[in-house]
Amino acid sequence: MSQALRKVSETVWSEGEELEVLTFDIAGETFALEAVRVREILDLLPETVVPGAKAFVGSVLNFRGRVIPLADIRLAFGMAATKQTIDSRIIVIEFDIEDEATLIGIRTDKVNEVTTLAKTSSELPPSVGMKWRPDFISCLVKRGNDFIILPNLQAIFSTSHDG
Amino acid sequence: MSFPDPIQVFKTEAAELLEQIETGLLDLTYDLTNKDQIDAVFRGLHTLKGSGAMFGFDALAAFTHHCETAFDRVRKGEVTATEELISVVLEAKDHMRALVENPNAEHDAVSTRLLADLHRAVEALDKAGAAPAKASGPKETLWRIRFGLPRNAMANGTNPLGLLDELRDLGPCKIRADLSDIPALDALTPSDLYISWHVEVTTAQPKSMIEDVFIFVMDEMQIEITAIDAGKAAAPAPVPAPQKAAAPAAAAPVVEAPKPVVQETASVPAVRDTSAAAASATDPKQNRAAESVRVPAERLDELMDRVGELVIAQSRLRQLAGRNADIQLRAVSEDIERLSGELRDTMMVLRMVPVATLFGRFRRLVHDLARETGKVIELITEGETTEVDKTVIERLADPLVHLVRNSVDHGLETPEMRRAAGKQEAGKVILSARQASGEVIITIKDDGRGIDRDRVRAKAESSGLIQPNAALTDQEIFQLIFQPGFSTAQTVTNLSGRGVGMDVVKRTIDALRGTIEVASFPGEGSEISLRIPLTLAIIEGLLVRVGGGRYVIPLSAVEECLELSLEEDLRSRGRSFISLRDSLVPFIRLRDLFHTGTKPDPYQKVVVISTGSERVGLVVDQIIGDHQTVIKSMSKLHHDVATFSGATILGDGSVALILDVVHLVAAGQQQEAQMRIAG
Repeated sequence: MSQALRKVSETVWSEGEELEVLTFDIAGETFALEAVRVREILDLLPETVVPGAKAFVGSVLNFRGRVIPLADIRLAFGMAATKQTIDSRIIVIEFDIEDEATLIGIRTDKVNEVTTLAKTSSELPPSVGMKWRPDFISCLVKRGNDFIILPNLQAIFSTSHDG
Repeated sequence: MSFPDPIQVFKTEAAELLEQIETGLLDLTYDLTNKDQIDAVFRGLHTLKGSGAMFGFDALAAFTHHCETAFDRVRKGEVTATEELISVVLEAKDHMRALVENPNAEHDAVSTRLLADLHRAVEALDKAGAAPAKASGPKETLWRIRFGLPRNAMANGTNPLGLLDELRDLGPCKIRADLSDIPALDALTPSDLYISWHVEVTTAQPKSMIEDVFIFVMDEMQIEITAIDAGKAAAPAPVPAPQKAAAPAAAAPVVEAPKPVVQETASVPAVRDTSAAAASATDPKQNRAAESVRVPAERLDELMDRVGELVIAQSRLRQLAGRNADIQLRAVSEDIERLSGELRDTMMVLRMVPVATLFGRFRRLVHDLARETGKVIELITEGETTEVDKTVIERLADPLVHLVRNSVDHGLETPEMRRAAGKQEAGKVILSARQASGEVIITIKDDGRGIDRDRVRAKAESSGLIQPNAALTDQEIFQLIFQPGFSTAQTVTNLSGRGVGMDVVKRTIDALRGTIEVASFPGEGSEISLRIPLTLAIIEGLLVRVGGGRYVIPLSAVEECLELSLEEDLRSRGRSFISLRDSLVPFIRLRDLFHTGTKPDPYQKVVVISTGSERVGLVVDQIIGDHQTVIKSMSKLHHDVATFSGATILGDGSVALILDVVHLVAAGQQQEAQMRIAG
């Protein structure tokens, strides 16, 4: 399993040595998603709680007449909930779940910028010494003193689906 | 907008042609000499070959050519069609489909085998019936032919000179062009055809051969073919004065050409299909096809989405206008409401397709089943014009295949057994569809042996589905056959008996929010009815509030609404039942189920919902009212949440979840069962 997931992380860079991403903050960490996946960035919208659903995808919202799930990545990473601020945004991404293109909203504390990451500065997550599940992370990219997390959506959403 | 991929266009066209060929072939099995159907099959093959070659499907074109050649001979009356030939060509048709779908795969082996079969079939024909048409003697007749083509014939690719050449091939011709319709130069359109022709041809060929010259243009042209006495043929027949086309467009006389009737004694079980016989008047069908427009299904779905959004936006507008005293705004809002309502209704009709498209494919299935099982089967279809939402039709196909197979395999007896039981040798399978109050009811009925209750029970007991000697009603026993892994067939046949199938049927019908009813009488047959809502896209719903959330209950499932009296509310702490006209109905507090964590409203309401005979009450905080619900499916991330079947968007733009009635009723029944055990 972990072998397969490693492979997925390799393919993130398959387009070339560089990757265009959208960076955003959740609970003080900076994350990045491939820019091509991003459909839209929304202000907070009224959400509808789905009783009985997993907390990770606990609600749905109306995105231009479509009902899409709202995912909270911080729960996958076991982070503490943060208060909604004036900077809070929802990033709508398109993602294949079981070969079906699905729109998913992702709750973020702040959206930063679209930037280009270089493969040379990326590394695989260390398998020990991390408080997060390593298979949820495609890779870490160093930037200055800090690093950006590229989450492995495939692993995150399939876990939430199976479990 | 991008142009459609020509290969894709060809594939769509080919699929239709193949269907047309199949229909023709199947119709031919009832009447091997049916000229219309022979022509239809030939035309289909011919067009398929032509367009196949044009789009680079060379293997397809080459293969189809052989079938076309065989049918050409049938068409010309040189040989008579046989069951064997039709079976071979049916099989060949399947192969053509493979060639269309997957032109690059390795098909040579199958092609060679089928061509050998075809060859044998044709050879057998030659031996069986050297064309009696020829045997009737080479008596030459003089035929007078008058024909006029439609104005746009040349623009459509018809070359009149080619037709004349073909007539010349039949025998010596005298051709005179009638130029009387040519207008003055200023009124003349160069690409139009104004000329009609008078032809006298002396030939030994039958009239049908002359008609064949015009086979591809016959539908639109005016033609008159008359035989002139052979004796007069010598005399120079005076060409009559050019008559104005007095005969209306439908002048083409349908002539029963003397056909060689060498009926093969059917050695394979015959399949009769009454609907096919009734439908053999193909002309109205063709007319309908000409008037329709082909639209990719996705575009329809897109349009439906837009209409759904419009309906939502409109209800927001109505709310706004309701709060506003502006008369003009209200008037506009009312107009928009009416228009969007009409648009929605039209849209729903657009998505409706007659079930005939669904039933059509069962003729082939039954034909094949008859061959495989050696049973004689008569497939009767009723109510084919009943219209159902396109998506429903698509999703019904698989369950119906299972049910029809089941009827044939388990239900119908062999001809010997049927004779012994004093029944007609041919077993009937009746597929019917009808509409009743927002639902479509599809019934699969057979006159076979019926469901063996004891065997079902024994089987269920041995596989642990039920307790031995459990008291079950007939309906409960019948429902057992829909359990996964259940099959009473003692031998696994090619068709059924593996126990997969019926549970698939059940799951699909559940997903369509439908129900299954089974009736069966020993020795008389069984009847399975599927009740399915007409559409999946929009339903009438009852909007309720539970805690802070709003939910939609499909109105079709709602039986009644009542207030939960305080004493019942208090008493029900221990047991959740209300008594409703002397019967106890279990109820579920949605507030507890949804963990709302809010204080209940002082007067709780109960919405009683039912699926058929089972009822359950849902306790809600407030009943808001009815609501036109545009159903949006939930993403796969929420497929584990069984309580909801979908979501909808309310007038204020927020999302409300739609309660899954089947699931809630089951949950209520389960609760009831637990209560019973607890005493």
